[in-house]
Amino acid sequence: MKDFSNKYIMVFSVVMVVSVAILLSLTALLLQPRQEKNVEVEKKMNILSSMNVTSAKADAEKLYDKYIKESYVINTEGTVIEGVDAFTVSLRAEQKKPLAEQYLPVFIAVADQGDTLHILPVEGKGLWGPIWGYVALKPDLETIAGVTFDHKGETPGLGAEINTTGFESQFLGKTLYDNGSFVSVQVVKGGADKADPHKVDAISGGTITSKGLEAMMHDCLVKYDKYFKEERR
Amino acid sequence: MEQNEKEPLLSAKNIKLLRNPLGQDNPITVQVLGICSALAVTVKMKPAIVMTISVMVVLAVSNVVIAALREKIPGRIRIIVQLVVIATMVIIVDQFLKAFAFDVSKQLSVFVGLIITNCILMGRLEAFAMANKPWPSFLDGLGNAGGYGLILIIVSFFREFLGSGSIMGFPVMEKLGVYNFGYEDNGMMILPPMALITVGLIIWVQRSRNKSLIETK
Repeated sequence: MKDFSNKYIMVFSVVMVVSVAILLSLTALLLQPRQEKNVEVEKKMNILSSMNVTSAKADAEKLYDKYIKESYVINTEGTVIEGVDAFTVSLRAEQKKPLAEQYLPVFIAVADQGDTLHILPVEGKGLWGPIWGYVALKPDLETIAGVTFDHKGETPGLGAEINTTGFESQFLGKTLYDNGSFVSVQVVKGGADKADPHKVDAISGGTITSKGLEAMMHDCLVKYDKYFKEERR
Repeated sequence: MEQNEKEPLLSAKNIKLLRNPLGQDNPITVQVLGICSALAVTVKMKPAIVMTISVMVVLAVSNVVIAALREKIPGRIRIIVQLVVIATMVIIVDQFLKAFAFDVSKQLSVFVGLIITNCILMGRLEAFAMANKPWPSFLDGLGNAGGYGLILIIVSFFREFLGSGSIMGFPVMEKLGVYNFGYEDNGMMILPPMALITVGLIIWVQRSRNKSLIETK
């Protein structure tokens, strides 16, 4: 290897860094629309799967348009806020705002049997990173018609099990209210009584994820309390 | 390096570059490099194959770039230059996966990014590409990534077959109906330690067949 002057090394580094920067920005710029589309389609698939509609990448958009009739944003008082697209609301950003200013998205879907379902997004913290999901509620606005969860990087085989059907199906038929007061669904260790309408089984070895999920369900859905009561009347 | 300009593209020497890393000079089982990601992405075959292709692209292209620039790269900053080239390639591959193979890129999550730290890459750039022409470097890159991928695919085949009862996501065990006879998937195969043990078994098989790999005392 030859010995190079300091000047050469400086020029070499600058040229290298600039060309790499240009290359990377170009790639990112060109691929961005496709990547955003993927994220959007995945979100639609998640919303559909919470109401137990299985969709593939190809038909997700069509099915979404078929089932999801309406979507809007409300605040904690239950009043609808005009001019905000519920689909583009990022819960993570909303949760950083003061409670009264938070946008709460509501998706209205009509299931095959003709039931009008309310689909609500939830987002919280697992052990390693964010966890999120969608909860579909039956017309009585307290019985769960279906849920779907996902996570960024929970431990495979342990916390990551929250996005398996085995875990999610436990939520079917559970209720959020007990005699008119909001109680959410508890995730309990060591086996929940199947008949208990407010409890599901935690994931063994995934305690922190399970607890995070329980907190997520409670904290996100309790904000809709006023809206639920208003709507039910 | 004085090489004959008329050397055929696939001379015996070049074929060796491609073939040796698959067997007797395998980066995982003989040099024991790149183990970390071998443990992480081998639960299912599909991510393992995508990971293999990603590493192949990154290593082959980085090798060629470094080999082409080898006379121009100042020795004092060569490691930084190598890292920049690898990192650039990894980011590009990652972006492409996110755009064209979204589900797989979600499964691989951080491990695509971690190709940057894969010891095989830095090793090949520093040991081979810095001293050889682009074409042999390209073959060396393909060969080593192939050797890495071969082990990944073998390990993931056994882990998916025994742990989830499927091959490439196709539920073989269910179709064979063995569950009816009381067969159960071995959940332990899904856990990371079993990848290490599987790699160990492969090393054992390889060494018992090829005695020259056994270190003399």
